Amino acid sequence: MYGKHRLPGRLFVVEGIDGSGKSTQLMLLKKWLESEGYVVYFSEWNSSPLVQDVTKRGKKKKMLTAMTFSLIHATDFADRTEHHIIPPLKAGAVVLADRYIYTAFARDVVRGVSPKWVRDLYAFAVKPTIAFYFRTPLDVAMRRILGGRDAIKYYEAGMDLGLSDDLEESFRLFQARIIEEYEKMVDEFGLVVIDATRSIEEQQAEVRRIVTEALMGTKKTRIRRWLDLASLAKPSQI
Amino acid sequence: MARFGFFGEALPDIDLEELKGRLIVLEGTDGVGRSTHIGLLKEWLENNGHAVLDTGMTRSALAGKRLKQAKEGHTLGGITMSLFYATDFADRLENEIIPALRAGFIVLTDRYIYSLMARAVVRGADPEWLREVYGFALKPDAIFYLRVKIDDLVTRVLQSTGFDYWESGMDLHMGEDMYESFVRYQKWLLAEFDKMVENYGFQIVDASGSVEEVFEDLRTRVERVVAQNGHRS
Repeated sequence: MYGKHRLPGRLFVVEGIDGSGKSTQLMLLKKWLESEGYVVYFSEWNSSPLVQDVTKRGKKKKMLTAMTFSLIHATDFADRTEHHIIPPLKAGAVVLADRYIYTAFARDVVRGVSPKWVRDLYAFAVKPTIAFYFRTPLDVAMRRILGGRDAIKYYEAGMDLGLSDDLEESFRLFQARIIEEYEKMVDEFGLVVIDATRSIEEQQAEVRRIVTEALMGTKKTRIRRWLDLASLAKPSQI
Repeated sequence: MARFGFFGEALPDIDLEELKGRLIVLEGTDGVGRSTHIGLLKEWLENNGHAVLDTGMTRSALAGKRLKQAKEGHTLGGITMSLFYATDFADRLENEIIPALRAGFIVLTDRYIYSLMARAVVRGADPEWLREVYGFALKPDAIFYLRVKIDDLVTRVLQSTGFDYWESGMDLHMGEDMYESFVRYQKWLLAEFDKMVENYGFQIVDASGSVEEVFEDLRTRVERVVAQNGHRS
């Protein structure tokens, strides 16, 4: 399906557990790409209100099973793919995504869904140019989360799995299993591992180096041509 | 051994041994009389002392309402729509159909994964992908495929509700007007159903006769399914 398509743009995604610092790294990457003159499109999870509504309601009323949880998120992701990923990639943009199909693979498999089935389910997804995995020990991530963030939510903590009655303990057990799934996927999907215990600056430098290489593979992006045209249109110096 | 099985990868947390009821599917294109016959079969089965659950498409508690709106708004893409339907189906399967089968009910369902797949294929989805996605569905005890010729279908639709936007596949821009589009769209669906007959073991029921004749045929077939004991081959 889409995976096989050759789209002129580039797709970079970040993965990792909550508190791995992946969103910070992606934000810094975005700033840099923009300053370099690339057309950057940040693919947010702002999909169709109809699908969002079902997800929200299902979560609020705790009526989701592992299967419907998986399917409604896949529906949401399909909408995001069809509206917010394919069109900018066709236009030659650099598309950035905070979490991608690997989040679904990890989360759904931990909930008991068949690994093969969920991989087949997402066969329509575009294969990313690079998928970064921010590897973080659980303790480090937990410290970051419990420090700054609002209350952990029911499904985020994997409370539906019945691992523990205590929200924080359930979260810890759930995230530990998610990490196991991520580790399995490193080789399977060729995720690029970033050691997320290093300083923010060191991590960002490595990310930029890798992204630069991936962008160099493109001879001349549309963005480039567009910029050239823009410079032609500048008033000439007298 | 359990009576039931899955097409592909199993649903989590389901013990197939517990499912004692019967799952009977009525399939066929729009306007072929499925709902009429489900009503009649339910009445007849209940009169004979069987507990019956009748269910149909896009009625799940989770997504039914929003799915209907999505259909009216035409804002969702093909893959998104296919998955929205799959979500709705999964919700009904897990929360209605499976509990009813566990309780020993006869479940009559107006359409099943076959209609969902046929409609998605006509709209460009990959049949292989759909088969994998719907791998979590339970294999029914029987699939009765109510089949009519396209000419009969046109007559029936004209006599009842008239052509409808979706039943005419108007979103696919297949013809100048609703009649032309309806004929092409339904022919295409019929062709997709015909392809599934062997793969999924449909029992073809000639639905061109009178309601009485068709019901007589269906009743005999359903009687056989209900009489079956133990597990299926």
